[in-house]
Amino acid sequence: MDVKALKAAHKLLAEYKYEPAKLKKGYTDKTLYINIGDNRIEAKDVPASMKEKFIGGKGYGLKYLWDATTPETKWNDPENEIVIAGGPLCGITQYPGAGKSLVVTISPMTDIPIDSNVGGYFGPYLKFSGWDALEIQGKAKEDIIIYIDGNNGVIRIDEAPLEAIDGHVVSEELTEMYADSEEDKKNISVISAGTAANHANIGLLNFSFYDIRRRVARLKQAGRGGIGRVLRDKKIKAIVIKFKGTKGDLNKPANQSLINKAGIKLHKQIHDYDDVQCRMRQIGTANIIEVMDEYDLLPTHNYQYGNHPDTHKIASNVFVEKYITQGMPDGCWFGCSLSCAKAADNFELKTGSYKGHKVTIDGPEYENAAGLGSNCGIFDPEMILEANFYCDTYGVDTISFGTICAFAMECYERGIINKEITGGLELKFGNAIAQLELLHQMSRGEGFGALIGLGVKQLKRIFVEEHGADPDFLNDIGMEQKGLEVSEYLPKESLAQQGGYGLTNKGPQHDEAWLIFMDMVNNQIPTFEDKAEALHYFPMFRTWFGLMGLCKLPWNDTSPPDNHLTDEPAKMPEHVQHYVNIYNGVTGSNIDKDELILQSERIYNFQRIFNIRRGKGLRKHDAMPYRAIGPVTFEEYESRKERYDQQLKDLLDYNPEGKTTEEKIKIMREYRLNQYELLTDAVYKRRGWTPNGVPTIEHLSKIGMELPELVEVVKNHI
Amino acid sequence: MIKVNSKDFEWEEGLTVQKLLDKKKYTFPKIYVTINGEIVEKEEYDITLIKDGDDVKVIHLLAGG
Ligand code: SF4
Repeated sequence: MDVKALKAAHKLLAEYKYEPAKLKKGYTDKTLYINIGDNRIEAKDVPASMKEKFIGGKGYGLKYLWDATTPETKWNDPENEIVIAGGPLCGITQYPGAGKSLVVTISPMTDIPIDSNVGGYFGPYLKFSGWDALEIQGKAKEDIIIYIDGNNGVIRIDEAPLEAIDGHVVSEELTEMYADSEEDKKNISVISAGTAANHANIGLLNFSFYDIRRRVARLKQAGRGGIGRVLRDKKIKAIVIKFKGTKGDLNKPANQSLINKAGIKLHKQIHDYDDVQCRMRQIGTANIIEVMDEYDLLPTHNYQYGNHPDTHKIASNVFVEKYITQGMPDGCWFGCSLSCAKAADNFELKTGSYKGHKVTIDGPEYENAAGLGSNCGIFDPEMILEANFYCDTYGVDTISFGTICAFAMECYERGIINKEITGGLELKFGNAIAQLELLHQMSRGEGFGALIGLGVKQLKRIFVEEHGADPDFLNDIGMEQKGLEVSEYLPKESLAQQGGYGLTNKGPQHDEAWLIFMDMVNNQIPTFEDKAEALHYFPMFRTWFGLMGLCKLPWNDTSPPDNHLTDEPAKMPEHVQHYVNIYNGVTGSNIDKDELILQSERIYNFQRIFNIRRGKGLRKHDAMPYRAIGPVTFEEYESRKERYDQQLKDLLDYNPEGKTTEEKIKIMREYRLNQYELLTDAVYKRRGWTPNGVPTIEHLSKIGMELPELVEVVKNHI
Repeated sequence: MIKVNSKDFEWEEGLTVQKLLDKKKYTFPKIYVTINGEIVEKEEYDITLIKDGDDVKVIHLLAGG
């Protein structure tokens, strides 16, 4: 890699010098605006009113995006922005999981704002460089790189014709280019996408952090909703930040000891109990592959079923024992003792543009193993790792890709599409080589792979319009909502989780609420009101991580040994108190756990109204495909006949004896769809919304969000 | 008949907590078990007998996300 030659080809388009603002109590109160259309770089002051209502992170992102766009702005219009922000807690090193960035843009998949929470060092370094947020607007004419030097206060926009586009290559090139030495590499973080993001709407962003032990730039992903596609549409190859001098107190907290106390307690708990709890340090989120299978929740064959006899081949131990090098814990920001990041080193690729290369692969996360693996009927760990690698480096959202592939495979097996349409690929469940070929095609923008990159919603339209498919059936089995693919849990037997997917702001991603155990297994939220309470509390609580720059895993993938003796074990009360304490410790405020929820509620409702402003965000947009709710096909019903027959008897007082499967499916469908409607009513009510899903003016006023621009939008719907 | 998480479950002679967990395929590591409101420690799952009519709760602690 001759980075000198790459650098020599750069052409400076703009340079901006600044005095990095000092951090105080978690904020600099300055944000950075870069317009790459006219090469304008400006500093903005954050007004006190914005700080009070929007807090930081995703709150700032949504606020800037609202101001920058109109209801008609499309994802590929120049005024669409990519906003990246940590939050007041982002960058602390005493408490696990405090290095996240939140990224917001208008999504090419959903045409509404998408937000994504991502690790890597960029978010903290941005703050330490003087900026609470970075807004990027406009479109460049040629490929560019944005470089922020946070120590010297220099920002450059360079035309950059020679650097690679694929994430793992460009991250290495730019880490090498901007670091003064090997030691200095840890001070660099690179945001990139990949070649598939040139074409595919499911393009993601890679955020790098340099792993000094492995001597490689590792990648974490802002996966959902196509933000990488927006980056590449703006002709940005990469955004690079450099900051030297990371220390624990750079946030200049108001009360360091509050933070330290919470940190010490959690570190000790993780040290003492993680090995018998979630084994996050050993295998990360993949620990639940086999658990989901046991509970009939692991999506297999496009969410038709919840388990598979071959799951043992991709169980977490297989990855630990055979592929994950160094059994040592691995964190994506300093001080995270939960350390769930994992990597397979020296993995030799068998296909594609990097065939024969030995690479480091981050993962697999649970979602990758389930999406790329079981949901597509693939139970070969090496193939899953290879697809995982290519998704990351080409810049493809593994969750969407897995779900789209599973959908296309089912369509193929049912004869809705054929080899002529797939360009010769035999797209049966289990065909891992065909799955990889789709990725390679996507990276070149060719063939059936290019269509896959458009997502399930577009594929359904194409299959209906061009190949005569039955639209009702495709709507039943195509696992997307609002244009975003469902993430990798089977929600059929948990009404609350159907709501956890459906009654969300950005689409069916499980990061608002994961209620399957509470609901289906523990039976702790039996009534509609109970479920509605959970679908109020958890989405609000989890929104808060996005305002702060925090990772959610240290909240509930480790628990205090006496958690079960508390009033509300599901909420992890001790951890909630830690969060209150570290927030007060950093910012000098004096909030309690209720005010924490109120902070989130303001942003949650703002995002809902942002959707409504764009002609979405109403009840009809919260409907789910029936595959998420109950058995669509004969085979699905028959595979769990005993369970479903029993439910017909117990819940509907309906005698299944002598009835055809089709009749039973019909009765079950009416019942389950009605349950979802009743749940929707209860949840909207609890959230202070009308039956059409619109926040009421009274509710906005109650939560201190009666802003004129919001009232203007909702009053047309009330 | 016993209750497991408020739902009916067939009782049998010699049913221990561990046997119940095996039968229900409750393999998730972060659980706690109560019988009639009393916590059963993990080390005692093998030796704790469940009586006919008991109210058993097996609470899986992975909530919210
Ligand atoms: S728990 Fe994992 S993802 Fe979260 S901050 Fe720690 S290492 Fe990163």
